[in-house]
Amino acid sequence: MEPEVIAKTRVSNKKTAGKLLIIVVAMFGFGYALVPLYDVVCQVLGIGRFADIESGKYDPKAQEQLVKDMAANKDLTRNVTVEFITVLNGGMKWEFKALQKEVVVHPGVMSTVDFYAKNLTGRDVIAQAVPRILPGNATKYFTKIECFCFTQQIFKKGEARNMPLRFMVSPALPKSINTITLSYTFFDTQPVALK
Amino acid sequence: MSDHPTGIKRWLFTTNHKDIGTMYLWFAFTMLFIGGAMAMVIRAELFQPGMQVVNPNFFNMMTTLHGLIMVFGAIMPAMVGFANWQVPLMIGAPDMALPRMNNWSFWILPFAAIMLVAPMFIGGDFMAGQGPAFGWTFYEPLSGQYDKLAFFIFAVHLLGFSSIMGSINIIATILNMRAPGMTLMKMPLFVWTWLITAFLLIAVMPVLAGVVTMMLTDKHFGTSFFDAAGGGDPVLFQHVFWFFGHPEVYIMILPAFGIVSQIIPTFARKPLFGYASMVYATAAIAFLSFIVWAHHMFTVGMPAAGELYFMYATVMIAVPTAVKVFNWVATMWKGSMTFEVPMLWSIAFVFLFTIGGFTGLMLGVVPVDFQYHDTYFVVAHFHYVLVTGSLFAIIAGVYYWLPKWTGHMFDIRLSKIHFWVSAISVNILFFPQHFLGLAGMPRRIPDYALQFTEFNQISSIGAFIFGGTQLLFLYIIIKCIKGGDKVSDEVWEDAKGLEWEVPSPAPYHTHATPPTVK
Amino acid sequence: MSASHITKKLAVLSGLLLAPGVALADYALNMTQGVTEISNDIYDLHQLVMWICTIAGILVFTVMIYSLINHRKSKGAVAAQFHESATVEVVWTVIPLAVLVAIAVPATGVLLDIEDPSKSDVTIQVTGWQWKWQYNYRDEDLSFFSSLAADSNEARQLDADPSLKVKADNYLLNVDKPIVVPVNKKVRLLLTSNDVIHAWWVPEFAVKRDAIPGYINESHFTATKTGIYRGQCAELCGKDHGFMPIVVKVVEQAEYNAWIKSEKAAIAAAAGDSNKTFTHDELMAKGETVYKANCAACHQADGSGGGPFPGLIGSKVATTGSIEEHLKLIIVGKGIMPPFGAQLSDADIAAVTTYERNAWGNNTGDTVQPVAAKAAR
Repeated sequence: MEPEVIAKTRVSNKKTAGKLLIIVVAMFGFGYALVPLYDVVCQVLGIGRFADIESGKYDPKAQEQLVKDMAANKDLTRNVTVEFITVLNGGMKWEFKALQKEVVVHPGVMSTVDFYAKNLTGRDVIAQAVPRILPGNATKYFTKIECFCFTQQIFKKGEARNMPLRFMVSPALPKSINTITLSYTFFDTQPVALK
Repeated sequence: MSDHPTGIKRWLFTTNHKDIGTMYLWFAFTMLFIGGAMAMVIRAELFQPGMQVVNPNFFNMMTTLHGLIMVFGAIMPAMVGFANWQVPLMIGAPDMALPRMNNWSFWILPFAAIMLVAPMFIGGDFMAGQGPAFGWTFYEPLSGQYDKLAFFIFAVHLLGFSSIMGSINIIATILNMRAPGMTLMKMPLFVWTWLITAFLLIAVMPVLAGVVTMMLTDKHFGTSFFDAAGGGDPVLFQHVFWFFGHPEVYIMILPAFGIVSQIIPTFARKPLFGYASMVYATAAIAFLSFIVWAHHMFTVGMPAAGELYFMYATVMIAVPTAVKVFNWVATMWKGSMTFEVPMLWSIAFVFLFTIGGFTGLMLGVVPVDFQYHDTYFVVAHFHYVLVTGSLFAIIAGVYYWLPKWTGHMFDIRLSKIHFWVSAISVNILFFPQHFLGLAGMPRRIPDYALQFTEFNQISSIGAFIFGGTQLLFLYIIIKCIKGGDKVSDEVWEDAKGLEWEVPSPAPYHTHATPPTVK
Repeated sequence: MSASHITKKLAVLSGLLLAPGVALADYALNMTQGVTEISNDIYDLHQLVMWICTIAGILVFTVMIYSLINHRKSKGAVAAQFHESATVEVVWTVIPLAVLVAIAVPATGVLLDIEDPSKSDVTIQVTGWQWKWQYNYRDEDLSFFSSLAADSNEARQLDADPSLKVKADNYLLNVDKPIVVPVNKKVRLLLTSNDVIHAWWVPEFAVKRDAIPGYINESHFTATKTGIYRGQCAELCGKDHGFMPIVVKVVEQAEYNAWIKSEKAAIAAAAGDSNKTFTHDELMAKGETVYKANCAACHQADGSGGGPFPGLIGSKVATTGSIEEHLKLIIVGKGIMPPFGAQLSDADIAAVTTYERNAWGNNTGDTVQPVAAKAAR
């Protein structure tokens, strides 16, 4: 090849390498920028409240307002059955049950139900309860004001205690739903940490 | 032939698209036999009720590795092999656009394959089944229970690298290196299908890499993407996996459509009917493949609205697919057909792929899928589209282009035996599996209730015949490479396309001066 | 279809030729109609879609075969050169679309029928375990495990005597304890899992739903005919995925009530067993039954183990190790061995411990009583 062609190629190679380097840095930076970006997006769209409660970022004022609004529209003529299911994962040696199998509530009225758990494993356990609601489309009409599932629960060896759940069903709950099933699965977090 | 290194160095350092294509095809062929041997173990165990050959864990390992090897080791590399050989020949390019990367993307594969099967041999007891045994879909949390998961994850990463580099190369070649006059809408359909496939690969392989990386950090670095205990979600795994998995299905079938669309017009002596609609149908299938993934998970308990959406989107795929079948039939219509071996395989492809397409439509209908899901009906369906679909098209393609590659005609008598025995036995193998599924036999079980015995025996007999016959294919290929009747440059009477204008066998360097397409 | 008749004949023929030892069982070619309204609807929908596909297939293949026969060069056919037609393309895009609408409309109807929020009569919580099912009758405080029947379990071992399969009652489709539900009553299932994903499937009810850890899924059925219905796990869940069947006994309401009563009485009796003292022979006999149902799948019926599962013959735990350690291991589990504390009673645990310490030449002479098992919990 002619020397000037070689020189030209070198220059253009350098340019390409430079461009690629900028792209790499930008992509890496974008990866880091995703964390604050997600925060902004979630805040704007109001998603991920569960995570917010856990991390302490959750705004209790907004929830207070939500509960007030629901209470203002309460519907004492309508009955909704809320039933509770308790599950222990991985053959966990605990006793875990809702003290009431089911309650009948009015939308917009606060209710409290106690759950009882006892650690039978013979060691201290950090456990996490994971909630699920049936039918799935009732989830957004079921507001938990206080729940043992918001944080990890530490149970000393042999410890037993009652844990309250305070909740409210939204008056906006679709008319076709008369029964809401709330399930809690308790997971022992130790296998996760050890895995 | 003296302008390149010889011996082992030729193959290790080659940047020649023909050498690399050859290596891809031999690699795929080797994997076909390894995966096939595993299928034979599966069918031997299922020949009778009761456990006779292997233990349940070994059986699960066989189904897992059979699936992974056939998908990632046999079908996909074979298609890339065709792309390497044929795309430059068909578009009038001297080589692939990125030859060194081409070499690298091939040479990653053997190491990935070793990494995938290595855990089988690590540990004390081979017959206990020490390899991955969680199904080729590796659903969490089951796969998370496996202690040597990292082998599998890194094997998948390597396969992903290879596929992405191969795809970049194919796109760059097709978009930049076409001969003067070869506009996009004049490209052979095989080139078109591969162009679209390559975009699919680049879009979904990172998703696969992402999902296995999440598994890796879940397993070893304390994250909880898929573990409900830490706020994760096992169903999220399925969504992410199938967002890769469904387009993957089309990655395996679109190039097969391309091969068949080259062969049928040649032997019907008539141009492909509806070329433009074929291109649009391929693009439509590729697009739809991204929005139907959850039809693999109708039983996870989605809301009815979600199930309805995925059902409608899924059955929509039947439209462009039907258009393709109609176009092939219309190409044959009023042609002047002869039935050389590649044509036989292509006709079998159209028949049998269509059956697989129909069962696919049935599976897309949500309420009935509740009965079909995870039964042998599904197994029969995807083997009809992958074996009598993709694999038959690959075999058709090998017979179609082998004379061009070697300069020799293969043994026609043997290859016809190969065709007829394969075409009959593959139906003995897979057709009864429809009945098994409808009668209620779940998939992925090593042993079954006595009422499933008869059809399983028929299926196994078909499997042994079909598997054994492929050894004949190996013999035919070796015989053809070693010698045979010399073929003309055109090979097939009145074959159209740039690949038939270069000499037979295709010299090491072709299209050094670009041909002009009118 | 005549093709399927031929296949059916072939099936019989090859069955006779190849498996003289295996009794010719019933075999089906089509989906079951089932015994619920929904399963019938699904069957009808299946028939509709299958016939649409069959007819479409016959049409396409007829054209193709006609062409293959008549448009061949050897018959002197000269190739026409037409290669596109917008009209034709539009027609054969619109026709499949219309057919799809004809399928989608009834399919949507059936799917929406399955979503039925009405009140149920019986609610059963179903939990998938590797590799058995746990059933919890919510309104009755009745909970039990249901695993593969012992005779099937013995027959399915590698290199077991082949005749055992024929002798076993409903080989691989029978359990030690079926669930019982009343006929013509809506039974609601709440599905979840203890470990990995399973799927609860009974074809006759057309119910197939995944059981996912941390999730709760819902399904329901109303069986219209009494009888025994069998199904299997339909999601790969590990080694013994093929060996966790489901058996549902549909009975009249009165019989159901009686069954609930007797189950509750049995639980009360078992609770009493915890404080009872058994003889060595009683414990050995009971222990063997418990061992075959729960332990033999991994440790083998002869205690020899295999692969990652240690043999028990002469093992430290079952011979020289302390009885308390042995009981703890069974109750709590270790590594890949699941805990059995939740599913076995004190008497069961004591019996199986006694059995393991004395069977296959582990002649320790130990006798473990239920009180010891209770204390070890």
